[in-house]
Amino acid sequence: MTRKDPSGGLLVSPIRNGTVIDHITAGEALNVLRILGITGSTRECLSIATNVESKRLGKKDIVKIENRELRTEEVDRIALIAPHARINIIRDYHVAEKKGVEIPKVLKGVVRCPNPGCITNTNEPVASTFEVLDKGLHCLYCDWLIKNDIASHII
Amino acid sequence: MYHIISIRDFERSDLDYLLDRAEEFDTLGYRSRALEDKLAALLFFEPSTRTRMSFATAMARLGGRWISVDSVEASSIVKGETLADTIRVLSSYADTIVLRHPKEGAARLASEFATVPVINAGDGAGQHPSQTLLDLYTIRQSMPIDGIDVGLLGDLRYGRTAHSLALALSLYGVTLHTIAPGGLEMPANITLELRERGTEVIEHADVEEVIRDLDVLYVTRIQRERFPDSASYYNVASSYRITPDLLTGVRENLMILHPLPRAGEIDPAVDRTPYARYFEQAKNGVPVRMALLHEVMK
Ligand SMILES: Nc1ncnc2c1ncn2[C@@H]1O[C@H](COP(=O)(O)OP(=O)(O)OP(=O)(O)O)[C@@H](O)[C@H]1O
Ligand SMILES: [Mg+2]
Ligand SMILES: [Zn+2]
Repeated sequence: MTRKDPSGGLLVSPIRNGTVIDHITAGEALNVLRILGITGSTRECLSIATNVESKRLGKKDIVKIENRELRTEEVDRIALIAPHARINIIRDYHVAEKKGVEIPKVLKGVVRCPNPGCITNTNEPVASTFEVLDKGLHCLYCDWLIKNDIASHII
Repeated sequence: MYHIISIRDFERSDLDYLLDRAEEFDTLGYRSRALEDKLAALLFFEPSTRTRMSFATAMARLGGRWISVDSVEASSIVKGETLADTIRVLSSYADTIVLRHPKEGAARLASEFATVPVINAGDGAGQHPSQTLLDLYTIRQSMPIDGIDVGLLGDLRYGRTAHSLALALSLYGVTLHTIAPGGLEMPANITLELRERGTEVIEHADVEEVIRDLDVLYVTRIQRERFPDSASYYNVASSYRITPDLLTGVRENLMILHPLPRAGEIDPAVDRTPYARYFEQAKNGVPVRMALLHEVMK
């Protein structure tokens, strides 16, 4: 195993079971984990590689999560910041499933509404809810439109 | 269940239907017992005498009853309680909830927790659909709405009534003319949305340049707190003031509307001209709110 395996080979030790998120936009690995709700205080065993050489993207990030198979609804939300990500489900050291990510139509609890007057920024028991439009993210409560820098609004 | 939350939820046929129903109540001379056994809860977290009283009047005119919580009571009774909980409890008391709240999206949230219909009576800088319906109703009393020229004057940035009226008018193929002081222009998002809906939006530097081409002039309040000091407020406010002089040569059918209360935007001398229609507009709050209350509870 070498650092520059052009086939996108293993940078870190192989995992037996779990999920590999490959082809993450360079520099976004930590944001991807944040969106997935995986933080330092959760229990997953993680390896993260950032800014590795990639044929397709120039540079990319990779995240490997042991013993957890991420579901499609969970991973689709990362498409916001890593549209080219590929999800590889690893079973017994082999890639058992591979899929791309698709931006969902509605994002619940992923992005904080930038409007300070929005009801979702209070202690009410609701999650922020945005519909994904071509022109940006539209808050279904207050009609605010997030046009750019979506990553900075991620909860 | 039928909630009335945002003008964006309505298609043209829905609006026309509600306006027709309001007209029926109007021509009946308000004599109806249609909601005789019904109770509405008026839950107002912000002061609003006019809107609250017209909902109460509409309920009474339909033979129904109401319970009312004003802003002072609301903030002390529900201290620490979420709106969601308050709504769940009130749902078990009343047949519909009319809500005024300072936060945008509060009515949408309420509709998710209510087990009875919710009518949005204004949520912060957000939506105020019953106001928009009564604006449309007032226009329609004098002329078909289709294809007219409507001027929106004043604070188009924070003025929620102007936003929802503009969105509603976009369903009628009108041309919108916006006239706003620097810094208080219509937000780009809304202008974009209007244009996407196929509405022509033309910005004007001052009201004089466009007033002779208008069928409706909708004036909104310019609030003093939007300005750094009172001198700059008075400067702007005076240059946006509607006076009888300004009205020479306007279209015969021109109608001047204002959601009221007004500050100095319209010279009281304008009240005596045939163009002033804002008091009729205020009166129309009753049949329009009768139609809304009846529709959600019938
Ligand atoms: N057992 C494993 N443990 C850890 N990582 C693995 C394991 N198997 C594969 N991977 C990683 O998963 C990703 C996808 O593996 P795959 O063998 O499908 O490579 P590929 O053909 O380059 O795929 P792609 O076209 O998606 O880049 C690679 O980054 C690879 O390093
Ligand atoms: Mg590869
Ligand atoms: Zn919002």
